[in-house]
Amino acid sequence: MRLRLSEADAAFREEMRAFFTTQVPERIRSVVAERRELSKDDIVETQRILNAAGLAVPAWPAEWGGRGWTSLQKHIWHEEMQLANVPAPLAFNTSMVGPVIAAFGSQEQKERFLPATANIDIWWSQGFSEPDAGSDLASLRTAAVRDGDHYVVNGQKTWTTLGQYGDWIFTLVRTDPDAPKKQMGISFLLIDMTSPGLTVRPIKLIDGGQEVNEVFFEDVRVPVANLVGEENKGWTYAKFLLGNERVGVAPVGSTKSVLARAKQLAKDRLDDPFVAARFAELETELLALELTALRVVANSADGKPHPASSVLKLRGTQLQQAVTELLVDLAGPGGVASGADDTSAVPQWARVAAPRYLNYRKASIYGGSNEVQRQIIAGTILGL
Amino acid sequence: MDFELDDEQTALRDAVRRLLASTYASIDGRRAATAKAPGWDEGMWGRLAEMGVLGLPFTEEDGGMGAGPVEVALVAEQLGRVLAPEPFAEAVVLACGLVAAAGSAEQKEHLLPGVVDGTTVAAFAHFEPGAAAGTPPRSVTATQDGDGWLLDGVKEPVLHGAQAGVLVVSARVDAGGTDRTGLFVVATDAAGLDRVDYPTYDGIRAARVTFASTPAAPLGAAGADASDVLALVTAHAQVALCHEAVGAMATALDLTTEYLRTRKQFGVPLKTFQALTFRAADMYVSLELARSMALWATLVLADGDPDAAVVAATRAVVQTSAAGRHIGQEAIQLHGGIGMTAEYAVGHYTTRLTAIDQLLGGRTAHLKALADHVGEYDVVDPLAV
Ligand SMILES: Cc1cc2nc3c(=O)[nH]c(=O)nc-3n(C[C@H](O)[C@H](O)[C@H](O)COP(=O)(O)OP(=O)(O)OC[C@H]3O[C@@H](n4cnc5c(N)ncnc54)[C@H](O)[C@@H]3O)c2cc1C
Repeated sequence: MRLRLSEADAAFREEMRAFFTTQVPERIRSVVAERRELSKDDIVETQRILNAAGLAVPAWPAEWGGRGWTSLQKHIWHEEMQLANVPAPLAFNTSMVGPVIAAFGSQEQKERFLPATANIDIWWSQGFSEPDAGSDLASLRTAAVRDGDHYVVNGQKTWTTLGQYGDWIFTLVRTDPDAPKKQMGISFLLIDMTSPGLTVRPIKLIDGGQEVNEVFFEDVRVPVANLVGEENKGWTYAKFLLGNERVGVAPVGSTKSVLARAKQLAKDRLDDPFVAARFAELETELLALELTALRVVANSADGKPHPASSVLKLRGTQLQQAVTELLVDLAGPGGVASGADDTSAVPQWARVAAPRYLNYRKASIYGGSNEVQRQIIAGTILGL
Repeated sequence: MDFELDDEQTALRDAVRRLLASTYASIDGRRAATAKAPGWDEGMWGRLAEMGVLGLPFTEEDGGMGAGPVEVALVAEQLGRVLAPEPFAEAVVLACGLVAAAGSAEQKEHLLPGVVDGTTVAAFAHFEPGAAAGTPPRSVTATQDGDGWLLDGVKEPVLHGAQAGVLVVSARVDAGGTDRTGLFVVATDAAGLDRVDYPTYDGIRAARVTFASTPAAPLGAAGADASDVLALVTAHAQVALCHEAVGAMATALDLTTEYLRTRKQFGVPLKTFQALTFRAADMYVSLELARSMALWATLVLADGDPDAAVVAATRAVVQTSAAGRHIGQEAIQLHGGIGMTAEYAVGHYTTRLTAIDQLLGGRTAHLKALADHVGEYDVVDPLAV
């Protein structure tokens, strides 16, 4: 057992820190620090800077831009990025569809999609959830019926995050309604969002923002060449994807960064023992989470998620939410001035505190809700 | 950063586990050992000594094994897993740790060999009636008397204070108007020493120890302030107790999941009810977070910076304390009535976790210690302590 990073890993950490804090424009990092909303351009610009430096898709296979890093290096990369308030590469591209295409796609698909996905020349949306298929994703009904060298897709996806920017959408569709198990009749299909018959309709959320959408498919014709892997094997690829999704979802660095900023903002309140105790408590809880993440990292063999990664998702989102709550409390009554512009006498951080708090209630719902994570812990780890 | 044990450490853990299983495979072992004097199994203590466990934290020069906090942690966790009553953290890590850290060469030579070979058990008399956790000694005072020192006052509770063959005592020393903390060694046949023995609710022994002009030898240089060394050795003992708690929590969770699998109500095993399995999942989360923190604190101790060690131990206590309460309470609740019985094992785990929590000083006091300094840094970086 050893506390310190090896010299090589410490140097790696410095390298990452230096890159993130000097090569990504302050203009963009301050948007994250101030918890304002990133524009599409902010996200794209950042990802291209990272990609040019080989830092957008380090976990991919080497021939597609991966770096062959150790799990610890990937962890450090991710943490330093968050601590520097650098917007992460678009998860739909880099941790979801990219690895699936790299692992299960045809050579043609890899060549066509992977470089563009890494560089965010294609903005991907995730089309998994449906109105009647949430946690029970395998009950999805959007149908793809073979017609010559096309599939004809009909149905509806929902909760599509940032679908308004999407160029393409990766979907799970039902290709065999008569399969003996519902998981066995699902395929993984890539769909061009400019296809005729595909429409995107915004859903307004409680914080007033618009980050999710409904996506409707009406006789959308999709070339069979856009099927990933084998027909009716989509559930296997989806499980692979969701496993990856869970690894990246313990937002330790970003939560630490928000907490640190909150402490700065509350500097003159720290002599209130109740305020100080909340910081001390959250910092300690976050430290325990970070250390657990490091333990999980050390034990996850070649990309396979450690079962304890469910602990990270569950606890990580709880703490992420707890920090958003702290900011609401620090903002006090001034926090209701959310609609005021920058001429407001209420500081910007206080004005965004409540909308952000409300927005982050999502964190324990998506990516496998916290109930689903408890189910995994109870079942897989505790054998219940 | 690396949490893996090396081969020797794994071998030590396994050997201790096997040894403890010979006596404490079921809760009856603890019951039998605590039912008679001295409150632990003397044969077990001797075998731990033979294995070198009682000398783990001390240098080879002092007659120890020259191991470190990692080895101490491994042993403590194994003791916790089976609720072994042997006072490893209290006697070896804490009481003798003070001798090793603060004693003169002569004192170490005189005291440590007997401890390491298991013939003498030391106790640390520190808690004072009514004093809050973490406060320096107040009511027990040390005054100079010619060449020697005399102690007066009451220490209570002193764990295994009546069974100990040597007492290490903390006392307030009046140094010209300002108080210092002094550490002293008191022989158990010293004049004016009175020890009243009683059982604690977790089945071990404690004592009220009264000093009335009791002769005492300063540990190390006479008159030196021992606050720093006391804080550091306390941190070591706290982290060891955190590991003991982690071991106890792990078993409490094991017992609970086993019970959910086997106990039937309404014609089905309890594990059919998600209201229960989700609570078990949350217990697992608490356990793993506490384990991570205890392991990290161990690494910080091993790294050697005393100030960092004290803060790390404090964070470990905050986490362990919350986890111990959570897991201890839920373990009983998920067992139903049988969890309340002295007959069945699980309640003893909750009992011991409660005692460890109190001995550690509890979450509130430690949280306050952290809160007092929260404005002095931006983020907590576990890699750059
Ligand atoms: C802001 C946001 C963004 C999202 N982005 C996307 C996206 O881009 N693409 C996409 O495909 N999806 C997305 N999702 C959808 C998300 O994955 C689903 O919301 C999630 O899977 C939960 O499904 P549901 O909302 O239908 O809730 P339900 O599954 O109906 O769950 C309702 C409640 O019941 C609980 N529950 C469900 N089943 C069980 C069970 N077996 N045991 C115990 N409790 C249970 C849930 O935890 C929850 O508390 C997003 C969701 C949100 C809120």
